[in-house]
Amino acid sequence: MKTRTKVIILLVIVLLIALIPLFALKGAEFGGSDDAGSQVVNEITGGDYQPWFTPVMESWIGGELPGEIESLLFCVQTGIGVGIIAFVMGRLVERNKKEKTKSGKSGDSGDSNIAIG
Amino acid sequence: MKKKQKIALTVSAVIALALGVVPAAGAMHIMEGYLPVAYCIAWGVICIPFLVAGWFSIKKTLTGHRKSITILAMTGAFIFVLSSLKIPSVTGSCSHMTGTGLGAILFGATAVSILGIIVLIFQAILLAHGGLTTLGANTFSMAIAGPLVSLGIYKLSKVLKINKHVGIFLAAALGDLFTYCVTSVQLALAYPSAQGGVATSAVKFLAVFAPTQVPLAVIEGLLTVVIIFGLETYAKNELTEIGFLKVG
Repeated sequence: MKTRTKVIILLVIVLLIALIPLFALKGAEFGGSDDAGSQVVNEITGGDYQPWFTPVMESWIGGELPGEIESLLFCVQTGIGVGIIAFVMGRLVERNKKEKTKSGKSGDSGDSNIAIG
Repeated sequence: MKKKQKIALTVSAVIALALGVVPAAGAMHIMEGYLPVAYCIAWGVICIPFLVAGWFSIKKTLTGHRKSITILAMTGAFIFVLSSLKIPSVTGSCSHMTGTGLGAILFGATAVSILGIIVLIFQAILLAHGGLTTLGANTFSMAIAGPLVSLGIYKLSKVLKINKHVGIFLAAALGDLFTYCVTSVQLALAYPSAQGGVATSAVKFLAVFAPTQVPLAVIEGLLTVVIIFGLETYAKNELTEIGFLKVG
């Protein structure tokens, strides 16, 4: 099987695994599993556990981080990561292209035959 | 040739898209202030030798193979992306991946501890996710124990002559799962159950984390294989330099 086909199949599986719960479990809350973790802590200690330290950000802004801002910051994190990956990948792809042109194989190195070492 | 670039674009687009469909929610590192002080310090101390070893390991890789810095940056970025994506799971709650398997396979387990702690500090300070007091414990589970397991499984699958990409999938997926097992044990050690002690407590925490994490571990394994495909295609030189691909 060609690498490209494999990559596409893998990505489709990834999307399916990620999306199916959303549709299969209608009305589920999809809260974080650390909330569930806190509940277990409460259950075991038999009471409402009070964390002894508040996250620095929450003490800076004097309250819980608003949901929208939290997702913004998560986006920033993703953005930084995707940015770097895309930049590096772009460079590598271009470099490959140039090397192939140099070695004079550019004409027939078709799109589909991505070689694996 | 354009199609190859398209693949790279598609990969990044899919990752970005996946973000868009994920409902925002809390997640899974040990929460700020949830570990007793003694445990915070103990886990922190345990991490130090790994971090020092990681620092030297990265230095050695970079002085030996200057070019591999781009791949290192990419594995770091991979951790950034994966640990920011909160994915809905079959249990009806969300969790996120670790992304540490890739780095462990390419650069060794200790190197990942440095990359991992950067992400954890970022999340602890800005996102109130995980925490500064629990940084040691979280670093141990996500950036040390997980990667060690990943590397171990990768090496084992090499010895057993399992298909390389299957091996990488298993390494990344099981490393991810193991991170959550360690988290459960860490919580259990701090909160032993009144009846049954640490073991009962660990099972309780595992029951919360594990079912949520299994599908995500599979996703992490698949994405790691995808990135490896990409690198094998476009960065053969670098991979050969850091010893991932054999020469010839």
